[in-house]
Amino acid sequence: MHTAAGVEACLPIRSDMDLVWVRQHVRQAAARLGFGLVEQTKLITAASELARNTLVHGGGGQMEATHLSSGGAQGLRLAFTDKGPGIADLDRALTDGYTSGGGLGMGLSGARRLVHDFDIDSTPGHGTTVRVTCWVGRPPRPREEA
Amino acid sequence: MSDARSRPVTGHVPVLRLGDVLLVTLQGDLHDSTAQQLQQDLAETISRTGVRGVLIDISGVEIVDSFLGRVLAEIAAQAKLLAARTVVAGMRPAVAITLVELGLTLPGLSTALSTEAGMELLSQQAPVPRPGGPRQESA
Amino acid sequence: MPEHEADGQLATPTHEVRDFLQRRREQIAQRWADEPLFRTVFTVSRDEAVEAGKVVVDALAQVAESEQVEDPDSAGFSGVREQLARMGAARSRAGLSNTQVSSELAALRPPVENLLAADLEQAPPEHLRACSTVLTVLMGTLRLVAMQTALSEWQALSDRQRMQLLEVATPVIRLWDGIVAVPLIGTLDSARSQVVMETLLNAVVEQHARFAILDITGVPTVDSLVAQHLMKTVAAARLMGAQCIVSGIRPAIAQTIVHLGLDLDVITRASLSDALGYALHQLGTDIVNPGAGQR
Repeated sequence: MHTAAGVEACLPIRSDMDLVWVRQHVRQAAARLGFGLVEQTKLITAASELARNTLVHGGGGQMEATHLSSGGAQGLRLAFTDKGPGIADLDRALTDGYTSGGGLGMGLSGARRLVHDFDIDSTPGHGTTVRVTCWVGRPPRPREEA
Repeated sequence: MSDARSRPVTGHVPVLRLGDVLLVTLQGDLHDSTAQQLQQDLAETISRTGVRGVLIDISGVEIVDSFLGRVLAEIAAQAKLLAARTVVAGMRPAVAITLVELGLTLPGLSTALSTEAGMELLSQQAPVPRPGGPRQESA
Repeated sequence: MPEHEADGQLATPTHEVRDFLQRRREQIAQRWADEPLFRTVFTVSRDEAVEAGKVVVDALAQVAESEQVEDPDSAGFSGVREQLARMGAARSRAGLSNTQVSSELAALRPPVENLLAADLEQAPPEHLRACSTVLTVLMGTLRLVAMQTALSEWQALSDRQRMQLLEVATPVIRLWDGIVAVPLIGTLDSARSQVVMETLLNAVVEQHARFAILDITGVPTVDSLVAQHLMKTVAAARLMGAQCIVSGIRPAIAQTIVHLGLDLDVITRASLSDALGYALHQLGTDIVNPGAGQR
């Protein structure tokens, strides 16, 4: 239903430095779409968490940013993809405080709370894709079908 | 914790000494390695100088994610072991809201509205905070 | 065998309509340019109106090509949504009601239908009828798309107004040097709590307030969601270096909070004045009543 107005960019996530690029890119894209300051900050923070996951747990990967448009609403979708070991127990990985790395265990579960839509797809041995979407203001209502 | 082999890209955050307090001003978008370097630098400086307080001004920081949040918490914890008190000053509203939403309330961290308020807090209180929050009710 | 004779094979009605739209693009656009909807919106020149008309014809042809004439979400429409929204908005500004705009849209159909009838004069009547039906459906869908776009614009406007209302309904008051308060009145839902949180925290920065009082005297009920929002505000204020005090917890609400098993790990006071007294005391100021001594 949402029209993808085009893939804005595809950024590699291979190093520390790339995390900074990811944050800067998301900041610019979000500002362009008219996100408020708090929404911007939430989205950039979520992107930072997920990009770090991609780097640390997935052994690197990429982020794809897509501008969405649904009715009059504008949104930004970020997809983080890696070809790492994948996540065997998704439920556990999404629990607060669960950590496989050295973090506070807030990466996935915390990022989920910062966005409107969160979707994770992981195959052990093949990799993980996490998609998050944020809308300017609030998410569009699902359109009633006649 | 990966050993920070001096990487030219990242650099050090300057640590200023003001009497009994170390002042650190963070600005803009921080590299993970820069943050880790700072943590190490601070530990060394505290033990070398024997200061009683560390004041970290983050009013220029637009994003605090769980990594930087953890670094701040660890700086406070290690300073406490070295008998110094840490105050984080000037967190922006958007950053605070995001951290709370993220699930990081950083209970061990003392905070202040501005560097001035932070200095005041460091000068008037005991060097090591009691666990469980900054100000306790007296009655 | 039905009587599809000499003509060879006839195109399907949908494809017939597509071909017709492509063939008659210029004429249709010319006729539309005279209709009020185009004439009054594109006032710079007639050519401008004709060009705008062609864009719409192209979209219709594309939709017919995809054979999704009944689907307002058909990809073919995506290119004209913005233009349709602009046209609708211009007509609304001119004082037309949605119904009037809708009938102006409906008025676009007859000229096209006449052209189609003229083109298919030689075709079997049932084929013309079928093509006519397709065209009618397609024009109906166009109308739907335009109205949908107008409605979502209206929705956005009403959302904006709602946000403004929320901001107006959340006054932050400076009670003293370094103390701000927000008296909450009415139900706290997620959207409103968000606004309260942002407004209060911004005031904390602007006023250099070490204390922020959330007065919930006027909040009818506190469920776990509201309590959670309050706690988030308190936690965010603490991260910034300010302390929150929740005041005005009525006995019934205190009971609910206990029943819900919520641990409001926060400084609370029965009334706003008690909260102010506490904050003042913490700031090193005390209000004394010289006549009556201690309270």
